[in-house]
Amino acid sequence: MSTTSALGGVVRRREDPALIQGKGLYVDDLNLHGMLHVAFVRSPFAHAKITSIDTAAAQAMPGVRAVYTADDVRHLGLLPAQAAAIGRPLLADGEVNHMGEAVVMVLAETRAQAQDAVDAVDADYDPLPVVIDLKEALANTNLVHEGVESNTLITWTAPFGVEEDGLNELRAKIDEYKARDDVVTVSLEMVNQRLIPVAIEPRSVVAEWSAGYQQMTVHSSSQTIGAVASAVAGMLGIPYNQVRGIAPEVGGGFGAKLALYADELLIPWAARELDAPVKYTETRREAASNTIQGRGWLGTSTITGTRDGQVLSYEIDAICDMGAYCQDLTVAIPFLGVFVGSGQYGFDTRMQLDCVVTNKQTTDAYRGAGRPEAIYYLERIMDAYSREIGMDPAQVRMKNYIPSESFPGAMSPVGFAMDTGDYAMNLQTMLDSPEYSAMKAARDQPRSDGKLVGLGMSTYVEACGFGPSALVDLGFSWSGYGQPSAFNGSGLVRVNPDGTANVIIGTGPSGQGHQTTWAQIVSNELGIEMDKIRVTHGDTKDAPITIGTFGSRSAAVDGSATFEASRKVREKAARIAADLLEASEADIQFADGGAHVAGSPDKRVEWAAIAEVAYQPHRMPDGEEGGLEAHAIFSPGNATWPFGSVACLVTVDPETGDVSIEQWMSVDDCGNVINPMIVDGQIHGGIAQGVGQALFEEAIYDDEGNLLTAGLIDYPIVTAVDVPMFNLSRTTTPTDVNPMGVKGIGEAGTIGAAQTLVNAVVDALAPLGVKHVDMPMRPRRVWQAIQDAKASA
Amino acid sequence: MFPREFEYVAPSSLDEALGTLASNPGAKVMSGGMSLIPLMKLRLFSPELVVDIARIDGLDAIEDRGDHIAIGALVRHEETAASPLVQEHAAALASAAAWTGDRQVRARGTTCGAMAHADIAADQPAAALALGATMVAASSGGTREIAAADFFVDTLTSALETNEILTEVRIPKSSASAYDKLGRRGGHTDYAVAGAAASVAMSGGTVSSAGIALTGVGTKPTLAAGSVEAIVGTDGGADAIAGAVARATEGVTVLEDLYGSAEYKAHLAGVYVGRALEQAIAASH
Ligand SMILES: Cc1cc2nc3c(=O)[nH]c(=O)nc-3n(C[C@H](O)[C@H](O)[C@H](O)COP(=O)(O)OP(=O)(O)OC[C@H]3O[C@@H](n4cnc5c(N)ncnc54)[C@H](O)[C@@H]3O)c2cc1C
Repeated sequence: MSTTSALGGVVRRREDPALIQGKGLYVDDLNLHGMLHVAFVRSPFAHAKITSIDTAAAQAMPGVRAVYTADDVRHLGLLPAQAAAIGRPLLADGEVNHMGEAVVMVLAETRAQAQDAVDAVDADYDPLPVVIDLKEALANTNLVHEGVESNTLITWTAPFGVEEDGLNELRAKIDEYKARDDVVTVSLEMVNQRLIPVAIEPRSVVAEWSAGYQQMTVHSSSQTIGAVASAVAGMLGIPYNQVRGIAPEVGGGFGAKLALYADELLIPWAARELDAPVKYTETRREAASNTIQGRGWLGTSTITGTRDGQVLSYEIDAICDMGAYCQDLTVAIPFLGVFVGSGQYGFDTRMQLDCVVTNKQTTDAYRGAGRPEAIYYLERIMDAYSREIGMDPAQVRMKNYIPSESFPGAMSPVGFAMDTGDYAMNLQTMLDSPEYSAMKAARDQPRSDGKLVGLGMSTYVEACGFGPSALVDLGFSWSGYGQPSAFNGSGLVRVNPDGTANVIIGTGPSGQGHQTTWAQIVSNELGIEMDKIRVTHGDTKDAPITIGTFGSRSAAVDGSATFEASRKVREKAARIAADLLEASEADIQFADGGAHVAGSPDKRVEWAAIAEVAYQPHRMPDGEEGGLEAHAIFSPGNATWPFGSVACLVTVDPETGDVSIEQWMSVDDCGNVINPMIVDGQIHGGIAQGVGQALFEEAIYDDEGNLLTAGLIDYPIVTAVDVPMFNLSRTTTPTDVNPMGVKGIGEAGTIGAAQTLVNAVVDALAPLGVKHVDMPMRPRRVWQAIQDAKASA
Repeated sequence: MFPREFEYVAPSSLDEALGTLASNPGAKVMSGGMSLIPLMKLRLFSPELVVDIARIDGLDAIEDRGDHIAIGALVRHEETAASPLVQEHAAALASAAAWTGDRQVRARGTTCGAMAHADIAADQPAAALALGATMVAASSGGTREIAAADFFVDTLTSALETNEILTEVRIPKSSASAYDKLGRRGGHTDYAVAGAAASVAMSGGTVSSAGIALTGVGTKPTLAAGSVEAIVGTDGGADAIAGAVARATEGVTVLEDLYGSAEYKAHLAGVYVGRALEQAIAASH
């Protein structure tokens, strides 16, 4: 039986049958007649002058159609980046600045031929000094880019909007706190290491040029296909309305498919040059070394507070690794950390984030993007402080929260207005749960197996659901893509003459379940059955204009636009139904596939009958326009600020340093929930990626800038066997910035996870004198921490 | 990545396969392909001809041969792990196979392939060494037997000649053996950061003989001769085990890699020699 769906109902993901049977369509599935294949010659050096490139042998190889270098593409310009940032040449131009940088592009009839020709290109390099270490980068010991005076691109400070004088006053105030004799000051230098965002589907681009119609079609595994189309239009000089961007299914993105890539411009350019369809799909190694990486902070956090748990000030000074070039959001990512720098707390907070270039791959958005880093530093030092003063870490947090009475619109110490929050209630829910009591009991139980046990907790707040279009004024636009840029959400709802509905959206899922969630939003509003609602996405030919899927924004922003579009359709349909049923518009209700008069369920008309009237305008009530579709644009007044509490229980084998997670729980609050199953799924995946960072993952570059972890053998990602069952529950504090009261949930799991796990491991090792273990907490590092603590005891 | 161009044959008989190998010095045997194919895709290794032995009949059995069990060339990791014969008489190998890779790898990779591949961090070679296995290598010129102790030569190098196929591994029955390791993803998951296998025979309360082997710590899976010397002739009690632990890496070159310093790996070698011995000795009671 097909039913309509209420918001808050569990509906199984409609997209899954196709996806899990391998019947979904991905970019690499496209095989077009006469299609050429691309492979790149990539730099073996992290920093070098290119002294010569000889492509003659490659040109002569079987099947090779073209071999391009910087000389051929220089006129297209640099890959767009924001002000203060250093843009990437589409192909390395005279110099390479990270291992794997694309130097030569080869096009051949088969992929293997292209790869063979890559091996035949002879490029010579003259190595230059490399900048790998973040402290050395900050000290400008060597410079990454010739002609740029400093490796530091920008320094973000907080409180936001406070100038140097104000920051100095704050410093003086904090110094006074530190001088008090009733306080302790706790400080830790910690690494939030570089990560490789591993999507199951590597990035892939296919371009088709129609010389006759002067139209470019770009298929890309992108989270922001509208921005890709816009960039292609701008950089290749094609009117936007002659570029069609298509992102079919996207097999995982996590932010790494948000930024614009040089290949997304090179492939369409080559398709036009050669008048042939062109495909490029990354190899797994290219995905590791040439898709953006995430995180990469080295910082010191410091807390000063009283011995009874009142925090007076929190400071963080960190160096943030931008890599060699900037993609569009690179320098903005640490700034997203500034948004949540003071977490849920009301104490004075000072932040300084120096964004430096290095000879490594670019960093950009990776699940959480700046916010997991910021929350990590804050919540680790909260834990260290609690331990120092011997107080329960949960009680210390309780004591320092911004009170619920300050909402809505509480102003955080770092200078941002937050929508809604009730942090103490959320944490209390966790503390009162039987799961938490069980973890506490397990922690304190004596063990016979020689394992150490630790309980870790932390709480988080996130800023997401971007967002207010006023952010553009802070620099959060798709700057320089050669086109005026959008910053909004959108949705289009059309009821067809037969009563079915099409929902057309510009954001696309990379696993988030848009097909299901959007159908629920529309079904709930219109009373049309779920199976009569078709959701399409990912094609700029029909999609309304939006900025895309990232920053946990799709449901909160584009979902809200779709909700409003549904409402417009509903209002019109109510007028038609009222006319047909000879009732008052105010009495019309929608349910079970039609409209009826309140109190008289048999006075009813089906959606098909209403729609038929709409498309035969002579039958419409006087003054009504024909048609039954609506489009809405939405821009919220603020980001949404979800929050939550997380705890886990670990055991550590003291002989080997092996950590295993025994139990995990979280109480998350993302406001109203559209589909609990999908929300839980988002949290599951988010936690798993946070656990991955805490336990295994690290993009390791050696002193010469070689990426040592460029494959999944040496870059282990978390699988189901590495995590326990998650006990999830939630509190519900709706936002007031959108009509559905929903907050983003795509990144929350990740933001809450890593420090919870580190806190737990430190709890287990604290009896041995260990104060901190850097991530990833691979066994060798945990073991070393134990040895070091023993040695200094 | 895409491999360089290569020829591929899938002979249906052992003789045909051996003949092909004899006449093509650039040929490479493939069984499960779990290690060979990744190397070829990365172009780290580019054979001219791949001889896929998966369609040869009669190589997929685990047989009880009285004093030993024989594991054929096409027996997959998961079959080795699940075999009651292996579990009863070669528990160390059953565990090592069960903890090799993931489900997909265990469904395709072969126990003999893991031996032939001779990875520095592979699981089953350590079990084969501790159990005193014999490798049976066939070529067009005949068959020879190679003791496990002589089989693992160096990093990714076994004693097999390029024209030989490892047709079976023979494992002398042992009622008291065990394998334990620390996987690269923690617990038993993934290749070994370090691991050890032990097999003991007790008579009259004394350890009368033992085999102990390490993996993950050096350039190849290797015997821990010092530990064997320390444990044989003792009562197998805690002190005796401690003695074996202390000598775990005697004569073994321990190397640092991404997963641990030499110091850590040497320490782990001891930890796992201790754990494997404890379990093996417990099983003998
Ligand atoms: C994701 C992944 C995870 C893994 N994790 C682990 C792990 O945790 N522990 C572990 O020990 N291993 C692990 N492995 C390696 C796995 O065990 C391989 O399957 C095994 O090492 C090789 O067996 P195969 O049958 O696939 O051999 P193939 O890949 O077919 O061959 C490997 C090599 O052995 C040679 N060879 C194979 N069979 C024969 C034969 N009968 N005679 C002569 N030469 C032969 C081939 O010529 C080749 O050189 C992993 C592999 C993968 C892909």
